[in-house]
This record gives sequence, C-alpha cells and structure tokens, in this order.
Amino acid sequence: MPALWIFIAVLVLAVLGFVLGRQRALAMVDGDSRHLHSLPNYYGFHVGIWALMPALLVLAVWLIVQPMLIDTSVKSMIPDTSYTTAGELSLVMSDVRRVADGLDLAVERGALTADEAMSLDAGATDVRALLGGVGVAIGSDVQPAVLEAAQAYRASTATGNMVRTVIVLLLALGGLGWALSRTAPDFRARNSVEKATLGLLIAAASIAILTTLGIVLSLIFNTIEFFKLYPASEFFFGTTWAPSFGGGSELGILPLFWGTFYISIIALAVAVPIGLFAAVYLSEYAGPKIRAVAKPMLEVLAGIPTIVYGLFALVTVGPMLVNVFGNEGALGLGWMSGGTAVMTAGLVMGIMLIPFVSSLSDDIINAVPQAMRDGSLGLGATKSETVKQVVLPAALPGIVGAVLLAASRAIGETMIVVMGAGAAARLSLNPFEAMTTVTAKIVSQLTGDADFASPEALVAFALGMTLFVITLGLNIFALYIVRKYREQYE
Amino acid sequence: MTDATVQPGAEGRPAKSGSLLEQDARTKRRNAAEARFKFYGMAAVGIGVIFLILLLVSIVRNGVPAFTQTFVTVPIYLPEDKLDKSGVRDPDVMRKVTTFGYAPLLDDALVKTLEENGIEMPFAKPAKLRDMVSSSAAAQVRDTVLANPDLIGQTVDFKLLASSRVDGYMKGRVTRESLARDKNLDAEHLDIVDQLHDLGALERSFNWAFIFGSDASESRPEQAGLGVSMVGSLFMMIVVLVLSLPIGVAASIYLEEFAPKNRWTDLIEVNISNLAAVPSIVFGILGLAVFIQFAHLPMSAPLVGGLVLTLMTLPTIIISTRASLKAVPPSIRDAALGVGASKMQSVFHHVLPLAMPGILTGTILGLAQALGETAPLLLIGMVGFIASNMPDGVAAGFLSPNSAMPAQIYEWAKRADPAYYERAWGGIIILLVFLMTMNIIAILLRRRFERRW
Repeated sequence: MPALWIFIAVLVLAVLGFVLGRQRALAMVDGDSRHLHSLPNYYGFHVGIWALMPALLVLAVWLIVQPMLIDTSVKSMIPDTSYTTAGELSLVMSDVRRVADGLDLAVERGALTADEAMSLDAGATDVRALLGGVGVAIGSDVQPAVLEAAQAYRASTATGNMVRTVIVLLLALGGLGWALSRTAPDFRARNSVEKATLGLLIAAASIAILTTLGIVLSLIFNTIEFFKLYPASEFFFGTTWAPSFGGGSELGILPLFWGTFYISIIALAVAVPIGLFAAVYLSEYAGPKIRAVAKPMLEVLAGIPTIVYGLFALVTVGPMLVNVFGNEGALGLGWMSGGTAVMTAGLVMGIMLIPFVSSLSDDIINAVPQAMRDGSLGLGATKSETVKQVVLPAALPGIVGAVLLAASRAIGETMIVVMGAGAAARLSLNPFEAMTTVTAKIVSQLTGDADFASPEALVAFALGMTLFVITLGLNIFALYIVRKYREQYE
Repeated sequence: MTDATVQPGAEGRPAKSGSLLEQDARTKRRNAAEARFKFYGMAAVGIGVIFLILLLVSIVRNGVPAFTQTFVTVPIYLPEDKLDKSGVRDPDVMRKVTTFGYAPLLDDALVKTLEENGIEMPFAKPAKLRDMVSSSAAAQVRDTVLANPDLIGQTVDFKLLASSRVDGYMKGRVTRESLARDKNLDAEHLDIVDQLHDLGALERSFNWAFIFGSDASESRPEQAGLGVSMVGSLFMMIVVLVLSLPIGVAASIYLEEFAPKNRWTDLIEVNISNLAAVPSIVFGILGLAVFIQFAHLPMSAPLVGGLVLTLMTLPTIIISTRASLKAVPPSIRDAALGVGASKMQSVFHHVLPLAMPGILTGTILGLAQALGETAPLLLIGMVGFIASNMPDGVAAGFLSPNSAMPAQIYEWAKRADPAYYERAWGGIIILLVFLMTMNIIAILLRRRFERRW
C-alpha cells in the first residue's frame, strides 16, 4: 500500500477513535458529563491522538530509513569492478533505481506481468527497449549486475512496504485500543491531551533548529566531498576561476570574492548615505504629512521582488550606463563595453537596500531619548548640530549594526548579480567591467543537469558554505552590536 | 537700571552686531549648514522616491505592450482533398495531416488576401509571406479543424497571431533599420503590414493568452504566456500556506507562552533570528541537497519549491506571530486562568483567536515574500525548460515539473530575443499585481481587526 493510502487509513482510524472515545466516556457516566474529569471531547482527542501519533511517527521514520537500508544492501551487491570512484557508484545506483522504478511501472501498465518482471534476464530481453516502451529512458544498456541489483531492490522494497503497512496499521489500531481501554470517568484526559499538544508545539519550534542543521550538514558533507577532489588551499587562494566540465578546472574563489566585495561596496556607497539621510530627515525634520507619504513609498522599494530589480538592471540601468560611460556614450569615455557590469549591479542593489538601511536607522534614531535632543537644543545648538553631535553618535552602534546587516544582504543577494553583473570572473579595478560573484556562480554551477559528483558541481557547495559562514558572522556580529546598544537606553 | 540704558555699539564694536535681527557671520554659517543638512535629507528622500518612480515607469512602459498582441485576420479555405482524403471527418484519421500539410493553405490564403485587397505581392515565393504570421499559426488552424471537422470545405476567418517581428513593428520596437540585420523579416513585409493595418485586417488586441497561456519555445515569443507558471506558483503557495501557517503558529505559541528560559529555547531563538537573515540562495542549496539529492523528490516539482519556500518564510511568520501574541494583554490570560481554564485552554480559546488577525496579516506578507522569491527556485530546477502543459490533476500539480512566476520571468529575461524582454516586464506587472493585492488584503485585515488594548 502506498504511503499516502496508509496515511489516509490512519487518519480515518484517528477520526473513528475520536468518536469511539467520546461515546465510551459518555456511556460510562450515562451521558451526564458532569461526572467526567474532563470535557467529553478530550476523551475523544485522547483516543484519536493515540491512534494517530505513534503510527505516523513510525511511518515517517520508516519512510526515511527504509530507502537508506535498502540502498546500502543493494550497493554491496554491485561488483567492485563496475566502478572506480564514489561518483560512478552513485551513477550506477541511480541506474538501478531507475530500472527498478521502470519495471514497477511496466507491471503497472500491463507491459509485463509481475512474474515476468521477477524472472527477467538481461541477456535474453532488451530491458532498455522494454523500459523505453513505458517511458523510462535509460542511458545505456542494462548490465546483468544492474538488473540483478534492481530486482533485489524491488524485492526488498516490496517486502519493506508490506511490513510497513502491517506495522503502521497495527500500531494505529493498538494505540486506539489501548487509549480506549484507559478511558474511564476519572481518567485525566485533558492533562494527557495537553501534554501531547505541548509536545507538538515543541516539535514545531524545533524545526528552526532542524533547518539550520539541515543547511549546515548539507553544506558540510558536500564541501568535504569537494575538498577530497580539489585541494582547499587552491580553492581559497587561487586567483583564476575557470571551471570546465571536462576536467582540469581552476576553481579559485578570490575573483568571485573580489566581485562580491566590489559590488557590495558600491551598493553600500549608494544605500548608506541615502538611507541614513532619509532616515534622519524623516525622523527629525519631516512633518507627519510628509512622513505619512514618503515612508510607505520607500518601503514599497523593499517589497519589490529581487527579480524585478534584476530585470531593471539588465534592461534599463545597464544600457543607461552604457549611454553615459560607453564607447559612444555622452561623455565619450569608452569605459564600459557592455550593459552588465559591477556598477550596474551595485547601483541597483544600492536602490534595493535604501529602505533596508533607512527603516533600520529610523528605528534606532527614534530610540535615542528625546531628553538628549532637548538638552542639546537648550544649549543653543541648531537641529543639524544636534543630529550630528548628539543623536548620531548616540545611535552609532545601532547604525553600524544596520550597515552590517545591509552588507550581509548585499553579499547574499543573487538575482541582481546574476542578471546585472555578468558572468566573467576577473580581478579588476574598473567598476564598469563585468565581474561575477559567489552567489551568481552558485547558480551557474548548480543549474541544469549537473551530476553531484564532479568538482565543478560540488564547488557550489563550498561556495555556499563560505557564503553562509560570512553572512552568519556578519549577522551575529550585527545583532550583538544592536542588542548591546539597545540595552543602554531601555 | 542703568545697565539697560547702555547704548549698543557705543564702545567701538560695529553697530549692527548688537541687533538680534541681524546675524553675524558665524550664525549665518551655522544657519546655512542647517539649511544644507535639511536639504541633504530632503534630497535623499527625493532620490529614493525618484528611484521608485523610475522603476515603476520602467515596468509600466516596458510591460504594458505585452498585454496586447497583433493578430491578422485571414479567410482560409480548408480543402477536403488535402485535409481529409477519406471524407469521413474522423479526427483520428485527420490527425495524420501534420502542420506541414496546413502550411500551404496559409500561404494560399495570404496571397489571396493580398490579391483581393490590391496589395502588390513583393516576393517570388508565397512561403515567404508566412514569415508575417507566427510559426504556431499552422498548428492553430490544425487544432481548430481537428476540434471541428465540419469546417472542412468551407472558407473560415481565422484570427492568427502575427509573428513577433510584426508585433514589434506595431509596437514600435522593430523599425525598418533594425530589420536590415534581421533575416526573419524584410522591409517589404512591413509595407504589407502597413496596408493590411489600414484595411483593418491586422490589428492589436488584448491578449488573454499572455495571462492564461503556456510558455512557448525560444523562437515563438508571440505565443508565450504566464498561465502555467502561475499554476505552478499557486501550488507552491498552497504548500507554503498549509505548512508554514500551522508550524509557524505552533512554534510561536510555544516560544511565547510556554517556553521556559533554558538553553534549548535560547538555541531556538538564536536559530530563528539567524535563519531570517540567511541568504535565500542558501535555502536553495538546502532544498537541492536534502529534498532532491537525499530524499529523491522529483526535480522542478512545485512540492519541493513549496517546501524550500516554507523553510524560508517560517522565520518571518514566527517573528510576526510572536509579535501579535505579545500584543494580547496578560489580563485576558489571567481572566481565563481565573475562571478555571488550563494554561493550554487559555491560549487556544482566548489568546489565539484574539491574535488571529495579526497572525493572518503576517502570514499573507510572508506568502507575498515567498511568491516573489526566485533564487532558491533556480537551484531546484524550476527554470530552463518550457512550461508548456497545464498539470493534469492535483497530484500532478504538486509533483510534475513546472515553473513559477518569478522563475518564468527570469527564464524570459535570459532569452536573447528582445520580444521576450517585453514578456518579462509584462510578467512582472502580473506578479506585482498579485503582490499588491496580497499586501492590500493584509493592510485591510489589520485596519479592520486591529485592536488597541
């Protein structure tokens, strides 16, 4: 039985359990719920939860563990001669899985009977053509060893699925029966249900930890895999980025770092002054009317998806810059040859970050106590002197935090650089040249049908790891500064 | 008081410096600095607003043409001897005639249209005329005939899509000069187009296929539409909503109402605030490694996209949900506990319903963020193929490969043909309309239900 059907069956059992539990509790006190410890519904929920939870837990664990176990046992069946590296083994395994799935599909479609499928012989039948007939494309002819492994795979999967169905359903029924047998007028059903609910809440909250764990593990494992194939020192200190899927790639991260850094600096050079001045103006000078109009308008900039900024860079800003700085440009400088450049991406990213900087700084400036302004104004300082000499110094740590958060956003931004910065990895000082970034290269190395065993694909995980560590460091540092500052005035 | 009568300016100081009404040099300088500073602030806000306007103008100006398309109305004769030799009008038999069989009919019809209207035929080969209409036109005629075999033997008016160059000419994107380097269309075609336009056989009209249609191959920009990827986005949003709302609310309730102050809760808190700032592309890597590499879920499936976006939006939803739970005053909880409710009952029966509008607002904003997100979708393979078929059925909607609106826009932007830029901008207009609607709903919800305690 497929997992979905088991799930539905368990769900039905749980609903049944609810009805039975409620009825049983009420029947025990002749319908007078005052004699029950808890409200009747709690007795129902109690039985329902017992029917549902253990069965679903086992089902979930089973779904994860069974393929892993079968994979390991089938892997050991493949002869050592048919592969040399771990990458080839994983290719063979994916062939095995595809053949097995294809055979299942063939049986389902009626191209084979179940017995025929079990007794296939790779020598006698053209398995590839057979599977092609049901729409499963296999890259090469099916080796006997692969077919054998696929048969073993099918057999153990079938047994596993059967055992799974039986165990899960038995567990659901058992839970239902046990909970039903515990139902009695003085059974504390509410406490038991609430305990289970609390467990669910804790589980939901822990998903955040699981996500981080998932990110870290998936990055670490693949990065280690990458460093086995490619020396770490060359990755971190290499100055050439020239991946070629045929082999012999040079994968130095420095040009990507430089591109990322350069674009982020330009973006911050645009966003920080504009955002900061806008925040100062809106919080210190602007009347309520201007504030009510200008603030939401700036925030609209923050709500626009990055793909829009990317297209804006590619189609509008890039050509506009070429018209000014290009060979035939208004200034006749000939600095810029194509629309995609560090300047294009940096400028557009700066626009994107303006509302980010301004709203964070706005909060921080507003948190500076009014008494400090009043004191300064009372001594005869003008408003701008007050801002420059009292408010901003007091808000400085927070503003630094905001700038760091903006920097982390700039470093992690993907769509704008993918579309606006170009694809060439180079170390150059000219901001009108195309350069590329860490994020853009993650995208280009992992899109398409990459096999995850080559260093050219795995390098994306190493890049992702570097990106994750840098942005995480910046975020933690920024949050630390912001928090420390906040404590001063509260 | 004698002091008050001291004459100002009597002791050698310049006479005007004594008056408050006249500023000395230093005050002037300070006031100028003040005015300058204020101007900088105004300029900064102004620049921000100008950028916004520039962006919006750019979107509207480039995108609005995508919603109209040029159509040519041509009467086409459908001869029986070519389309249905058997004469039984059986669609299964007629299917044997491919689009190549229909193409000559188009040529004949176009030549005849020119003759009837007295337009000079500039080309030696009639097939050259066909460049004016979309290469999908033959398929369109074929589909119509197969759907309605009784049309055979009659002359039927067809409203055919014009090719993207002709469409570009009508919209001012393509000029005679730019055609000089273009082998797809000649200037003579444009003369015909002008004359047909004057006759009313060729006109621009609203193109519903752009909103509801499917993507087309790279050579047929005139046919591409956003409909299929919109469906992909819809399925993704269903996954995000179904997962992130309950999980986010449960996590927030635990952290806000029940969590004791210990290491585990601290760890969760730190994790949530950090996840909110992790670059979205990293979630894409997570999705690729965990859902596709490890769990063997299908590539490009909206289910996987939805799962990735769920993980990405959870922190946002948790943060806003906690804020709205915090806004419910403690007296509500105390009152519930006072009349004998358990802690759990006080939360689920009293606090949660009161916090619900705020939670929904936060969820809608989180969904809007997820809807516009592109980067993680690139890694799990939601670009790079042509989303040409509507998914058949709900299960296929979740599991079969599809695109999503922002991924489709990116895909269009990558294609070399400038006609696709127009599509991409048009797609952005549709995307922004969705986002705006969601934001307006969120604002209305907040206005309508927000309570000040």
